[in-house]
Amino acid sequence: MKSCEDISKGLIAYLDQRANPVERRDVEQHLAGCPACRTRAQEFRALWKVMEEVPAVEPSFGFDARLRQRVAAEPSHSWFGWFAPQARLVLSAAMLVALTVWVAKLPQSNPANPSPVAVSPSTDQDFDAIKDLGVLENYDVLTKFDALSESSTTSSPQPDEAQPNEPSSND
Amino acid sequence: MARSDVQLMLDVKAGDEASFDFLLQKYRSPLVNFLNRMVRDTATAEDLAQEVFLRVYRARKQYTPSAKFTTWLFRIATNLALNSVRDNRHRRMAVSLDAPAAGEDSAPMELPAPQMRIDEHMIERDRVEIIRRAIWSLPEKQRAAVLLHKYEEMDYMEIAGILDCSEGALKSLLFRAYETLRVQLAPLVTQPVAQRGEEGRPS
Repeated sequence: MKSCEDISKGLIAYLDQRANPVERRDVEQHLAGCPACRTRAQEFRALWKVMEEVPAVEPSFGFDARLRQRVAAEPSHSWFGWFAPQARLVLSAAMLVALTVWVAKLPQSNPANPSPVAVSPSTDQDFDAIKDLGVLENYDVLTKFDALSESSTTSSPQPDEAQPNEPSSND
Repeated sequence: MARSDVQLMLDVKAGDEASFDFLLQKYRSPLVNFLNRMVRDTATAEDLAQEVFLRVYRARKQYTPSAKFTTWLFRIATNLALNSVRDNRHRRMAVSLDAPAAGEDSAPMELPAPQMRIDEHMIERDRVEIIRRAIWSLPEKQRAAVLLHKYEEMDYMEIAGILDCSEGALKSLLFRAYETLRVQLAPLVTQPVAQRGEEGRPS
């Protein structure tokens, strides 16, 4: 026969008739030979009856109305969640990161030498690079190319540099 | 055909406010009762019950029927109640630490004088109040287990799910809790039923 302690786990389940068959058999065997546990079992049943004397309480009259008011104040659409404080914080952080990345990718200007004279050689170099491209052999394309017109007005290159080498090859 | 709680909650998730109202009607009384017995204060219990329903409503979009609805509902309620009880205890401790020295002589407000036997105490107090106090004096987890078992009549698996423990641990917890109550309420438990009506309730 199992000890009083051994059957204690199954005793409550036995009394409320939710014990499994093994628990039930163990408890019944024990109770048959243990007057102390039989008394305890009877007192547990009596205790449960005593506990039923505690009345239930009902929610107050305004409970539902108060809750409905609070529910109505809740954001009802998912997009509205963007305005919630947490989402705002996430959005702000994302914008800050994007701004940082954008600023980092901006071309670095040299503040020590900002004069327009400094731009001229680099524009000429750009033009040299452009004029060597095969596509520019098409003179029509070349004459409509904005970079050339800008280059000719801003940097006043030499006449032989302003013209492509073989402008009439496609004519 | 009546919809299950899970189906009602899925309908709430889909935007059906009436289903939320249905769940509110069904569970507000059990929740308020459970919370009232946990925190022993009706106003606090109602505030907590409101918070439980609000949390359910707020979580509707993420709801997945992985467990019984009542397990989820009472798990939220139990956690809120335990937090509230702990906060209150800390507040009371802070108050008692800040209290003037004269207050040290007085007995704690909620407890009967230690030399007073429970049967003497019954003369002054209503037996219902004594039962309430006995339940409330249980450790928090034991109290929650007893309330869910005795008053909400939940099965062991569900209570274990709410309290996040095994069924074996829950059965031990319940045995210890009922054993404590049996001893504390012995004068009521061993009193013959016939005498209770006349002697038990002071007029």
